[in-house]
Amino acid sequence: METRTLAVVSAGLSVPSSTRLLADRLTDATVTALAERGVEVRPEVVELRDHARDLADHLVTGFPKAALRPTLDTVAGADALIAVTPIFSASYSGLFKTFVDVLDREALAGTPVLLGATAGSARHQLALDHALRPLFAYLHATVVPTGVFAAAEDWGASGASRELGDRITRAAGELADLVAGRPATGRATDPFADPTPFETLLRGA
Amino acid sequence: MQFGVFSVSDITPDPTTGRTPTEAERLQAVLRIAEKTEEVGLDVFALGEHHNPPFFSSSPTTTLAWIAARTQRLQLSTATTLITTNDPVKIAEDYAMLQHLAGGRVDLTLGRGNTGPVYPWFGQDIRQGIPLAIENYALLRRLWDEEIVDWEGKFRTPLQGFTSTPRPLDGVAPFVWHGSIRSPEIAEQAAYYGDGFFHNHIFWPADHTRRMVDFYRRRFEHYGHGDADQAIVGLGGQVFVRKNSQDAVREFRPYFDEAPVYGHGPSLEDFARETPLTVGSPQQVIDRTLGFREYVGDYQRQLFLVDHAGLPLKTVLEQLDMLGEEVVPVLRQEFAARKPAHVPDAPTHASLVAARDGKVEVTV
Repeated sequence: METRTLAVVSAGLSVPSSTRLLADRLTDATVTALAERGVEVRPEVVELRDHARDLADHLVTGFPKAALRPTLDTVAGADALIAVTPIFSASYSGLFKTFVDVLDREALAGTPVLLGATAGSARHQLALDHALRPLFAYLHATVVPTGVFAAAEDWGASGASRELGDRITRAAGELADLVAGRPATGRATDPFADPTPFETLLRGA
Repeated sequence: MQFGVFSVSDITPDPTTGRTPTEAERLQAVLRIAEKTEEVGLDVFALGEHHNPPFFSSSPTTTLAWIAARTQRLQLSTATTLITTNDPVKIAEDYAMLQHLAGGRVDLTLGRGNTGPVYPWFGQDIRQGIPLAIENYALLRRLWDEEIVDWEGKFRTPLQGFTSTPRPLDGVAPFVWHGSIRSPEIAEQAAYYGDGFFHNHIFWPADHTRRMVDFYRRRFEHYGHGDADQAIVGLGGQVFVRKNSQDAVREFRPYFDEAPVYGHGPSLEDFARETPLTVGSPQQVIDRTLGFREYVGDYQRQLFLVDHAGLPLKTVLEQLDMLGEEVVPVLRQEFAARKPAHVPDAPTHASLVAARDGKVEVTV
């Protein structure tokens, strides 16, 4: 079986966090769905809360500290991404957006992405499609059709919970189809390895 | 090896007093800093170019000409001259003029500038930064190297039969360094022409510097100007020095915490670890600076930033005294002891004239 990397970004703030809970369920479902398609996947989970200070420093200084760099590389180099955020004030959380803001502009171009969101009430669920989806369209990511929203009540009532489980399975299947159907991500191109000769730059000017 | 200072000409409140120097005070302070740079035995003073507050240095050649008249040995340079938004014809004229006034003690460092609105203010588009740098420099080179220029490009009105005056001193143009933090195209440009490459080496992790210099050196060799270790490299660096490192940290911390660019972000300790910033004793500055050589190789010019973030003139002059008395003499000795004989020094007007005359004799 071939091995791919699956980056999982969770922007939950509390411990334990329902955002992380949803991220873990999406991850497990994706690992299972990919195994069924003959693809082994290694999930790498990023808890944004752990990097809150480094992310703020990055905004101020314009560069990632050494401690943050591997996290950015993990996300940029992954074959697929599961991104889950709490909904605050009708949109993704500020911490989540800060992380997206410090990613290289091309970091997620073409990357298959599964979006998830959590909130206290189901009244927030359209934020997934009105806020998250356009953000990832801007990043040129390939977002699977099913986004998974979990409100507080989804973790309780038995009928609702089954419904959440169904959505998770369907979304994970869509992500697995995308990942299994394409070659593994190559390493990001190194601008220093294959320079544009100066004569070419001069002609282009 | 050349040692000196570079100033970005920022007018910043002193966070310990809350007082902002007037434009006139800060301008006079920078002139004094330049004179002092020569007095303490350093080699180079370089000045930035900006076209927006809180900076005053819109016209570096005017300032550098004044400094040239008040100094004897000091090499004058820029950090940086905007190759994107200045008319290359005006750069050719201004710096040739300065070169004459300063008796050849002039070189310049070209940069693109990263202040968005400056581009439209000068009729340009920041998205064209690299093509502007490439085309404008190609024209600048010809204006200095050729007596009569016919030229047509994308960004500037064409020239027919144009002669840039005054002609460069002794027919040899000022040496040019190209500065960029992380654009390989600019290192490529420096390598193509066999010009110098300057990395500002402040506010950013040293890894940017290492990659850019390594790339420049490889391409310098590729274009046949010499071996990679003979390429001409300059570095910036940021220091604050006191006899005791604890005193240095205590005194610099309020300036660090409030500084433009990085203030209100990482701690001084974090930033000193992540970037080349060194706050400490003379020995700490010496050790850190010698360490630069380990990731860029033997290099030709080291400039320190010592006057930003609202530091008062008195403190800056004390910094220069310590650099001149305790830091740079040791660095000169130690760098010289490590440098192989085939690695050249930074070009000067005299060395460029000698090289030109040498070449003429060979081809005659």
